[in-house]
Amino acid sequence: MNMEATGIGFLAAGIGAALTVIGAGYGIGKLAAAAMEASGRQPEVAGQVRTSMLIAAALIEGATFFALSICIILATKSV
Amino acid sequence: MFVFLSSTADTARGLPGAADTLRSAAAHGGGQGGGNLFVELLHHVQDSRQLDIPLLGHIDLPHFSPVKLVGISIDFSITKHVVFLWIAAFILTLLLMYAARRNTRRVVPTGLGNLMEVFVVFIRDEVVLPNMGPKGLMYLPYLLTTFFFILTMNLLGLIPYGASATGNVSVTAGLAIIAFFMIQVAAIRAQGLGHYLAHLTGGVHWALWPIMIPIEILGMFTKPFALCIRLFANMTGGHIVIVSLLGLIFLFKSYIIAVAPIGFAVAINFLELFIAFLQAYIFTMLTSLFMGVGIQAASHADGEGEEHA
Repeated sequence: MNMEATGIGFLAAGIGAALTVIGAGYGIGKLAAAAMEASGRQPEVAGQVRTSMLIAAALIEGATFFALSICIILATKSV
Repeated sequence: MFVFLSSTADTARGLPGAADTLRSAAAHGGGQGGGNLFVELLHHVQDSRQLDIPLLGHIDLPHFSPVKLVGISIDFSITKHVVFLWIAAFILTLLLMYAARRNTRRVVPTGLGNLMEVFVVFIRDEVVLPNMGPKGLMYLPYLLTTFFFILTMNLLGLIPYGASATGNVSVTAGLAIIAFFMIQVAAIRAQGLGHYLAHLTGGVHWALWPIMIPIEILGMFTKPFALCIRLFANMTGGHIVIVSLLGLIFLFKSYIIAVAPIGFAVAINFLELFIAFLQAYIFTMLTSLFMGVGIQAASHADGEGEEHA
């Protein structure tokens, strides 16, 4: 087994997962901030705002999981 | 159809090969520690040829040799995810038919019929009617089937000794392929084949058509592909997190440490419950959104024709 490829594979998976979470966390954080602000300004539409926020968060997480799948493939193929 | 697709992907991924690798990894006694432990834990998340029954050990599921059809070899053997697909379909058919029959006998639904009606009315009033308009009610049965089927498969993965069939990329690919066909069918039925092909150009100057048409066709395929990967990765990711947290107990080899991973695992299990519902809803909503785009394009075209006339 090629030890160097194994080590770099694990390292790449770890760094990839970290970057993915940074991107997703930042995006969903901005989304949640906008939703909080909108709910504070106009409490009667808080329900609709919450629904739209959840949908947008799920779409962002969809893109996150693309990257996460690749990290998992890297990690498991490195063993 | 899901049976065939999931078995095909198992052949493509060389499932017997993966199982042998895991068995040899276990036999070597986990020499590399964390890496081998992770791979063995993944064994609980992936498809397998054995069905684990609580307290009774495991059943070896029937293994058929691959069948050659039209140039590709399809493996029709029954795996754990196939069994759970059937269980989900069985449960769904029983529950929903019983609830429907109960609802026809009284005007005001009670019990299980009332519960199902909450979901059905939610999908009809919040998802189908806003996105597709009254003409979309024709597709309501398909969208309800999608929602309940995905929901049941997701929830079956959360019970102990259960597995979510949506954690298999072939199952979600099958669902996405059906969604792809339904989106095209909805657009063609609403607009007619000529208008449907015309909308592929996107209404730009004819010199831009060679650029526009491939992009539109690519868009047609990437949307269901995103549906497939989103559902698969959400389910598999959740299971991997839970399994990894519990694997921490094995890594530390102590009972006192076990409190923290179990606490985290319970919390993540609640999150998984929420994600199960959310992902079923997102899949259904996005499918209805894409179908609605096709249906609304028909009424826009009619509107423009009347304005010009």
